Amino acid sequence: MTAKLTWARVLLYATLIVVAAIYLMPIYMTVITALKDPADINLDTAWQLPSHLNWGSFSQAYAKLGPNIVNSIILAVTATLLSSLLGSLNGYVFSKWSFRGNDLVFTLLLFGMFIPYQIILIPLFQTLRAMHLYGGLPGLILAHVVYGLPITTLIFRNFYAQIPSSLTESAQIDGAGFFKLYLRVIFPLSIPGFVVTFIWQFTQIWNEFLWGITLTKYNANPITVGLAQLAGGQAVSWNLPMAGSIIAAIPVLIIYILMGRYFIRGLLAGSVKG
Amino acid sequence: MAEVVLEKVMKKFGDFVAVKGIDLKVDDGAFTVLVGPSGCGKTTTLRMIAGLEEVTSGEVKIGEKVVNRVPPKDRDIAMVFQNYALYPHMDVYNNMAFGLKLRKIPKKEIEERVHAAASLLGIEGKLKSKPRELSGGQRQRVAVGRAIVRNPKVFLFDEPLSNLDAKLRVQMRTELEQLHHKLQTTTVYVTHDQVEAMTLGSKIAVMRDGVIHQYASPQETYDHPSNQFVAGFIGSPAMNFLPARATLSNGNLILTGEGFTITLPSNGRIDTVPEQVVLGIRPEDLTGPVSEGENLLQVKVKVTEPLGNELLVYADCGGEQVVANLDPHQHVEIDSTIKLSPNLNTLHLFDKESEATLL
Repeated sequence: MTAKLTWARVLLYATLIVVAAIYLMPIYMTVITALKDPADINLDTAWQLPSHLNWGSFSQAYAKLGPNIVNSIILAVTATLLSSLLGSLNGYVFSKWSFRGNDLVFTLLLFGMFIPYQIILIPLFQTLRAMHLYGGLPGLILAHVVYGLPITTLIFRNFYAQIPSSLTESAQIDGAGFFKLYLRVIFPLSIPGFVVTFIWQFTQIWNEFLWGITLTKYNANPITVGLAQLAGGQAVSWNLPMAGSIIAAIPVLIIYILMGRYFIRGLLAGSVKG
Repeated sequence: MAEVVLEKVMKKFGDFVAVKGIDLKVDDGAFTVLVGPSGCGKTTTLRMIAGLEEVTSGEVKIGEKVVNRVPPKDRDIAMVFQNYALYPHMDVYNNMAFGLKLRKIPKKEIEERVHAAASLLGIEGKLKSKPRELSGGQRQRVAVGRAIVRNPKVFLFDEPLSNLDAKLRVQMRTELEQLHHKLQTTTVYVTHDQVEAMTLGSKIAVMRDGVIHQYASPQETYDHPSNQFVAGFIGSPAMNFLPARATLSNGNLILTGEGFTITLPSNGRIDTVPEQVVLGIRPEDLTGPVSEGENLLQVKVKVTEPLGNELLVYADCGGEQVVANLDPHQHVEIDSTIKLSPNLNTLHLFDKESEATLL
């Protein structure tokens, strides 16, 4: 099957190429700047390719950002795992164990999604300080776990709604209680749901800046804060923040590449229908 | 083994009363079918026996023990669902073994029981397959197998055959019948298909609007339906209903309607009769066409369906549709007016108002 080359098609591709080029422009700028010597970077030659490749930017940036990367990995992985797991349990309860006031509680929980997180910054700060969790990673992890619950709960509730009730009822008759039913039947069927919440939560938490800078002290600063510090100051060697940005983007890219593959393959797609 | 007894069982969903205080006794080892149109409360009744639905009022007993407050897993029942409800991530062996594992039965015994059930159902070769690799009939067998390995007191079936194609349905129906004959486990079976109900049930409960209208053997419900609803629901094609005026004279019951006058010797079987009645005649109780005689129906033929072993004639009798199941070795002209002779011994008569059986 070959599509016919019509004017409409040519126009379509031309438009797509232009739009793609505009979209890729900042990435081009980031990459070439990262590879230049600090002395070569000026406005006049900003769009030109580097005269020679300066790979050293990456090791220099990494040397400065190393601790932040470690912080961010601990933060994003722990908070993503916890919020996904709790969201999965919540979704399981809301979809399969309806109780009195079920809908009301669920609606209230969803309100959390619509609260702009800047609004709760100060109360959050005070709460964490009162809990003696201000300044370190555990406090930031707790904040992200709680803030992530509405969306992970919603994703899992909708995902579990597709699992026919007869499946859980059958397991109940077979002798499974609340947790056995979750562990032996629901959890093994949840991989597509976890992939979605992993991608969503990891990206959100990894890229978050405001809470990171206000709720942690220097030692616990995540990567976004580290990057900002790299670009702050008076005379900036622009190759370093650029290289740092590329390094900072790698974990999220890896998550997309690995998980996206699972997602597309649809590891369990269709199996719920039996 | 146990009997199942429902006493004044009622189920409300909000303001809607799904089951209106029914009484039902399923004898130990019996095969009882709950049958009725959709929304009649049959599935709700089954789910209350299973414990998947709470009873609003009344009592559910399994083996003389009231189980209203007993969770499903402790009722010693097994249920087969309409959509099979197999665990998609487990192979056939583990699907069948799941309930036994949860009950901490020794591994060796689980193996024996699963293999015995699998060979009984002819799915031994499929034990390593996942549900998605099986055909509809095989999935159905696994679902039944999962129920029988548990060796429960009661089997509950919720429309288990309705997802199968017609041919497979008949085959599985026969297999279920044989299985019950072999195992003799008390069974409650829900279906909307009256043929399934008639063929499988040792007793059938015909339900409508949350009420059991008749609870009797299949033959009894066919021969002596308790009211017009049961009469119309059991039997295929359905019983013909013709509105008529009834009068008693000289010990005879005279029924007149458009296209017929029928005189029945009442023989004291009936001494008062409401004026407005409904005459019920099963299609197989009509013969003809006949040219002369008394007590005939005059009808106009609309459609004929020669089926080889029978000839179904759809005709109009005074504005009511009448179906007759006639001898196929004859020709009936469409649009012709013919006379049909009903079997007077098997006529049914209902009160038009209350739908109750008069005769």
